[in-house]
Amino acid sequence: MKRSRLIAAVAALVLLGGLGLAVANQAGDFPVDPPELDEDYYPCAENCHNDMDVDRTPRVLEDEHSDIVLHHAEQFRWCLDCHDAENRDVLHLQNGTKVPFEESYLLCGQCHGDKFRDWRAGIHGKRTGNWNGQKHYLLCAHCHNPHTPKFKAIKPEPPPAVPGGAEAGAAH
Amino acid sequence: MSKDKKTVTTVNPRTASRRKFMKGLAGTAIGATLAGKAMASAGSKKSGFLTINSLEEYLQKNYREMTKEEKAQVLARMEKEYSERYGKDVKVKDTEPIDGVKFTYALDLNRCIGCRRCVYACVDENNQSRENPQVQYIKVLQFENGTMDFEESNRYYNPEQVPEEGKYYMPVQCQHCEKAPCVKACPIKATWTEDDGIVVVDYNWCIGCRYCMAACPYEGRSFNWGDPHLPAEEMNPNTHYLGNRPRMRGVVEKCTFCIQRSREGRYPACVEICPVGARKFGDMNDPTSEVRYIFEHKRVFRIKEDLLTEPKFFYFFG
Ligand code: HEC
Ligand code: HEC
Ligand code: HEC
Repeated sequence: MKRSRLIAAVAALVLLGGLGLAVANQAGDFPVDPPELDEDYYPCAENCHNDMDVDRTPRVLEDEHSDIVLHHAEQFRWCLDCHDAENRDVLHLQNGTKVPFEESYLLCGQCHGDKFRDWRAGIHGKRTGNWNGQKHYLLCAHCHNPHTPKFKAIKPEPPPAVPGGAEAGAAH
Repeated sequence: MSKDKKTVTTVNPRTASRRKFMKGLAGTAIGATLAGKAMASAGSKKSGFLTINSLEEYLQKNYREMTKEEKAQVLARMEKEYSERYGKDVKVKDTEPIDGVKFTYALDLNRCIGCRRCVYACVDENNQSRENPQVQYIKVLQFENGTMDFEESNRYYNPEQVPEEGKYYMPVQCQHCEKAPCVKACPIKATWTEDDGIVVVDYNWCIGCRYCMAACPYEGRSFNWGDPHLPAEEMNPNTHYLGNRPRMRGVVEKCTFCIQRSREGRYPACVEICPVGARKFGDMNDPTSEVRYIFEHKRVFRIKEDLLTEPKFFYFFG
């Protein structure tokens, strides 16, 4: 993990700003499966945020979103680095460009340029559809929770039967 | 079970042809008709270890030697037989290779977490025997970080959660070698490489000698030691002659890159299920394919490269 941390940090420095613009133009090229947004929240602006004042201080959230704990270079970051303060239904890039949740890969791509490049080619992450035709992308956020992006461990399916073990015995 | 093993190995595959072999099993050296009759009158579906259901099946040619009409007849017979047996409308296709396509596979060892979703998606898609015998085309090997000694790998790991600290995982299946030792080893040409690179088996032609299995350095082939157990309700009715149609006792089978899917433009089942996106598949001749990108941008390797089998299955660190 140390190595990837370093790479990500370097990538962040190198790519901040510049890449955002370059890739924004290509947004339409990536048909994605819809983001899995929680209907309790979304649309955020209409449901709540339109009636609230913006508070930019990093803090522990107590009334709402107390379940969201940032574990993603959190010492440098606050919600509004990614979520747009004026319109909570969109994200924003470093250069101010607003992007919908369907294009959250542009946000991630600002700091994870290497992963984003591989993602576009269908290498990092995953495309579904036809190998010789239309493809759909999974968003980074389908696999990585943007707030705690480390891929979650899962339960494995059962191992194969041991040869000569229980199964072979049962054959008689 | 040990008795069965003996039955199979009594033939000498070097001198055997499939017909001769069948006749031997039927206990007679006279013409095919008689052998067929013997089977019919016995009312048995079994001739020695192998399973033969009808005279037509017994007389069936090698798939590669069949004319279009003969193929159509065979497919129709199979569809009828399988549909009756599994109580659903079973399709047996013989979709041909797509011109100019060379299938290639690439697997990202940095992503794989050893969850085995691919193993079971494959079993479901390809109608493998679920148990007794248990047939699985994909074996997921667990290694200690920094090692790649196959002897030391563990395929029976079963922790609460994967990935485990300090381990990495390498799924292995048929590597669809360009210079496939299994194909060379088959004494009766029951297995071969198709134009799109897929190594296939004609189950009706296979005599179960398992020379191919001994020749394969990747454990890419499995053998049906007994009658396959495929629950009717789980049977996938969308099949291909050279792929996932039901197999019988005494024949060898293997991964076909899901020939019934891939020749129609779909990704193999293991690619589609993989939750981490570690599995990539496509046409090496297509410059926009995932596999081409990997080939051009990543350091790729093949396992047991020194054996010069030239797999079309690559591994990389994405
Ligand atoms: C690294 C950028 C980033 C940061 C920092 C961030 N978010 Fe998010 N957040 C996202 C993205 C991207 C999504 C969209 C997820 C998706 O597509 O499923 C999202 C989704 C959400 C959602 C909708 C979740 C759902 O289940 O529908 C809420 C609420 C949210 N964020 C709140 C916050 C709060 C509160 C903070 C600060 C504590 C925060 N976010 C910090 C990027 C970020
Ligand atoms: C402002 C720069 C920035 C943005 C934007 C950003 N990241 Fe990160 N990300 C980092 C840094 C720096 C690290 C390494 C620090 C750490 O591990 O906490 C990191 C780490 C990660 C990791 C590795 C986590 C681990 O523990 O293994 C993942 C996965 C990841 N980010 C995914 C994303 C996704 C998905 C998005 C878009 C929703 C995103 N990042 C947006 C800077 C960023
Ligand atoms: C199909 C699921 C999937 C998608 C989609 C996906 N990732 Fe990942 N990503 C993974 C997995 C799995 C890992 C490895 C995690 C592990 O081993 O703990 C990973 C690792 C990472 C890491 C850590 C560095 C590394 O090499 O391990 C970063 C950063 C990252 N992803 C960023 C992204 C970004 C940015 C996107 C979108 C452009 C994205 N991911 C899309 C599954 C995905």
